[in-house]
Amino acid sequence: MTLLRQYILPRIVQWFVVIFVGISITFLIPRLSPVNPVDNALGRLTSFQTMDPEASQQMRATLLDLYGLDGSIVDQYLNFWGRLIKGDLGPSFQSFPTPVMQIIGAGIGWTIGLLGTSILISWTLGLILGSLAGYFSNTWWAKLLERVVITIYPVPYYILAFILLMLFTYYWPLFPLVGGSRGEPAFTWEFISSVLYFGFLPALSLVIGGTAFRFIMAKALASTEMTSDYVQYADLAAVPKRKILFFYVIRNTMLPQVTDLALSLGALFEGALITEVVFGYPGVGYTLYNAINSGDYNIIMGITLLSIVGIATASLLVDLIYPFLDPRVRLR
Amino acid sequence: MLTTLRDLLRFSPSFRLGSIILLLAAILVILSFFSPYEPDDRRAVERNVAPSIEYWFGTTSQGQDVFWMLTFAVRNTLIVAGIAVSIGRGIGVILGMISGYLGGVVDRILSSIVDSIIVIPRLPLLILIATIMRGQMTIVALGLLIGILDWAYPSKRYRSQVLSLRERSFTHTAVFSGMNAWKIVIQEHLPFIIPFLLADVVSGFLFAIGIEVTLSILGLSDLDTQTIGSMIYWGNYYQSLLTNRVWVLLAPIGASIVVVVGFYLVSIGLSEYLDPRKRLARLRVKE
Repeated sequence: MTLLRQYILPRIVQWFVVIFVGISITFLIPRLSPVNPVDNALGRLTSFQTMDPEASQQMRATLLDLYGLDGSIVDQYLNFWGRLIKGDLGPSFQSFPTPVMQIIGAGIGWTIGLLGTSILISWTLGLILGSLAGYFSNTWWAKLLERVVITIYPVPYYILAFILLMLFTYYWPLFPLVGGSRGEPAFTWEFISSVLYFGFLPALSLVIGGTAFRFIMAKALASTEMTSDYVQYADLAAVPKRKILFFYVIRNTMLPQVTDLALSLGALFEGALITEVVFGYPGVGYTLYNAINSGDYNIIMGITLLSIVGIATASLLVDLIYPFLDPRVRLR
Repeated sequence: MLTTLRDLLRFSPSFRLGSIILLLAAILVILSFFSPYEPDDRRAVERNVAPSIEYWFGTTSQGQDVFWMLTFAVRNTLIVAGIAVSIGRGIGVILGMISGYLGGVVDRILSSIVDSIIVIPRLPLLILIATIMRGQMTIVALGLLIGILDWAYPSKRYRSQVLSLRERSFTHTAVFSGMNAWKIVIQEHLPFIIPFLLADVVSGFLFAIGIEVTLSILGLSDLDTQTIGSMIYWGNYYQSLLTNRVWVLLAPIGASIVVVVGFYLVSIGLSEYLDPRKRLARLRVKE
């Protein structure tokens, strides 16, 4: 019971606070800005066609209503929450009146497939390689691996993805330039293989970037663990090195890694943006990019809100799973 | 301070290499003040010339000399990152120290705010703000924006640093011998915080450069000012790849890789220096 009161309840409160603060910030930003989104949209519309003043006024009123900019700021805020709780993010502005939720829903499957797979692969790969390099830090291959990783890690992800794109679609055209698959979605070998084929390069770029980060973290954790007494004792007791590494060292470094895995899965919404833009992959990130280009605030806001909820929920889940993974949290 | 720097240069290969790379970047920045062209001169030189002795990195389809463009780009990108880092670390250091030294209710309130802010993803928020400010974004505004969104992690780290310093025995000794609180902070604790701050500043630069490049690629930063990101944006915009003028893209891509790797190597050197365990481990290897 004390666990519930001292550990679980504060976490749940924190979750509500994060969501509340995040959503309020998202609500406030467009309203604090000197640019009025309605005038902006109106300007874009009238630049293509002339409109008589009356129609323009009418349009303005419709737009105000659409953006939820009617009434005082408090009214707007309450309306905003009212709609959010119903799961209504408003209509998309560019492809009116399709709801934002439907547009995001169309891309989310691609994003989850691509990111989920590559995050899991890079997590496993980075964890194992990093721990190996931390454990056998004096061997030549560990040093070589570390040099490579140190060069890749700080490079902005965009640059990494763009170099891969240049190399493998332009200079050596092994992979397609844009798209997610060929043909209609169906449970056939042709469709599935085309998904893998189109997804390979974006996934590769994510795996390289993600593995570099995970490698550095795992190596640091493993080399700290190496100085522990129990590792030296196990070494003196002639426990096989393989066993020390996989059953003791990696197990003890797992905790922060599991946290991080959950957080990066929670960051699905924001993580895919650059990948999908560079490789023209039809996921949420690409939707966001199109929304940025057409100034579709509702979509941008919807994706921002979803990513806040995603991350907050992931970190709540991590906190709730913690006591099962780490007895020290349970006992405190 | 100087002794530390000398030791680092002498004993840490990554710090040495990183410093050399950053020195090169600094030379580029200084050169930008002696550029024969204005930063936004178009048609100043012959168009689409491949790299040659006259034009080291070639010229663009708009008649700009890529080498001199790059000097401006590196300078402006570093300005953006510099502003972002000073704002972000400024807020972070102050909040972290307040929360660490005052403790109690203030600490609890500040910590829960920081913990909430950390969770909120930064890139979508930045994109939202940048979209709204589109067309009015200057590099200074971009720097401010990145800074305002990047202080939560640093503040958390400074808080834990201060908490650990407060419990060290030398602090207790100073308190018991009647040393004034400000004096303890400035004379006893700052020397521990400063190297830590340095490593943190470097990683702040990495983050800010990455964001600048990302936002520019999306067309959300100030595209009329030369930055590493906007050079890539315009390179893509004028189809440099398809028209076989790769040098327009290679220069900013290369520069960004070199600069970030330089910063990263310096930060590795610094944090190895800061971590006594690693320093001992290295000494043992040297024996």
